[in-house]
Amino acid sequence: MNSAPRRFEPPNPLVFAMLVAVAAFLITSLHGIGFSLSGFVGGLPSMGRMLGEMFPPSIERIGPVGKALLETFQMALVGTVAGVLLSLPLAVLATRHLAPHAALYYAARTLIALFRTVPDLIWALFFVVAVGLGPFAGTLAIMVDIIGFCGRFFAEAMEEADRGPQEALCALGAGRAAVIGAAVFPAALPSFVNTSLFSLEKATRSSVVLGLVGAGGIGIELQVSMDLFRYAEASAIIIAIFVLVLVVEQCSAWLRRRLI
Amino acid sequence: MSAIEVAAAAPADLAVRGLSKRFGAKVQVLSDVSLAVGKAEAVALIGANGAGKSTLLRCCLRLIEPDSGSIDLLGSNVCSLKPAALRQLRARVGFVFQRHNLVPRLPVLSNVLHGAVARRLGPRAWFHEIAPRALREEAMHCLERVGLANLASRRADQLSGGQSQRVAIARALMQRPQVMFADEPVASLDPAAGEEVMRCFLDLIRRDRLTLVFTTHDLRHALDYGDRVVGLRGGRVTIDAPAAALDVPSLRSFYE
Repeated sequence: MNSAPRRFEPPNPLVFAMLVAVAAFLITSLHGIGFSLSGFVGGLPSMGRMLGEMFPPSIERIGPVGKALLETFQMALVGTVAGVLLSLPLAVLATRHLAPHAALYYAARTLIALFRTVPDLIWALFFVVAVGLGPFAGTLAIMVDIIGFCGRFFAEAMEEADRGPQEALCALGAGRAAVIGAAVFPAALPSFVNTSLFSLEKATRSSVVLGLVGAGGIGIELQVSMDLFRYAEASAIIIAIFVLVLVVEQCSAWLRRRLI
Repeated sequence: MSAIEVAAAAPADLAVRGLSKRFGAKVQVLSDVSLAVGKAEAVALIGANGAGKSTLLRCCLRLIEPDSGSIDLLGSNVCSLKPAALRQLRARVGFVFQRHNLVPRLPVLSNVLHGAVARRLGPRAWFHEIAPRALREEAMHCLERVGLANLASRRADQLSGGQSQRVAIARALMQRPQVMFADEPVASLDPAAGEEVMRCFLDLIRRDRLTLVFTTHDLRHALDYGDRVVGLRGGRVTIDAPAAALDVPSLRSFYE
């Protein structure tokens, strides 16, 4: 009779050595970041004090905060719409079987990867230098970030689209544009809508932070309040941001249910 | 008369000579296939799975590029056509697939319109909402011919298998084709639906006097609907005879 397999395979020496190395690095990292339990505990009273000062939130500057909040959402919306529109043609080039030439395919892939891997805050720094302080720089940063995000997912959706209808259109004399317009886009549309709505949520969150580098939006308001120790004002801003993000997420979830 | 003699004698709609196709280093799907199909003739292609039937049909429209040999389709030398001319030729040849290959999220009418996609109308041939009136009417007429005019606005992914295949036939009719290819058009339908679709299809083919090449595993269909039966085995033509001279038992032995 065959015996049952062993409960555990003995570890491969190489794998074991790598596990030990990873564990050692993790422990060194705790030291490297200056982890200190006493520091955390010691900081608790001041955290408590700060939270205490945050309540009740101050509605004194509700006007400027509301305006900044609107600007934040406008940046997110315009940046997302522009980003989605620009990523469509780029994604077509980044889809292997739709790209007219292999060189274009690799160029598009590289560009999308560059847009995606460089964080939006760095794009914001770049555009602040290029076009000056303000929401336009932030909107451009969001747009580039969204191109990186949508370009990749749009291309994946188009690569996964059923090839049958595409072959059928080829067989009846359709050119590349017709195959893409009449077969690929309709098939990938639910995925496009989904990704675009996620982009809007993502853009809303990141547009909040972009203000910290002077690229417009509500981030600058928050920073000023914190720097001046006006915690009650800061808490009002944080709540406003929270509400904005929540509203955008709820609306996009509702739209997603309606459209797909 | 052999296929090659036929090709030499009468102006055939389709004349294939010495066609070979190999996938990778080892898989020789077609070797030296010759075949001629006259105007308004119906040819049934039979053969086991992997015998090269589908590849042969696809090579004729260069959906798969053949390795060697020549293909003469509707007076054009298929292998030497430039992309634009190839598209214009493809537009004159209907192709019905085993899987209907409709665009699932679009309405039936838009799918039928796609048959006109080579007429340089741009997006107006992609979506019925923006199509010119005459084109919509032509598409409705094609749907009427397959008996589905009442489903024009239904989404293609909400049709039954038989209905989908009829819509695919309507799309092919929209091409105003002269030749029709069908690759196991009813293989994924149940026998009753398959019979119905096949009868509707052949009725239209005969009425329009279209040249037809279809592949099938149903020997009854091959004999009933084909004027001639061509058998492929291991990528070579091993039978080429009038359907009247054949019967099911003799064809069955061909599979063994």
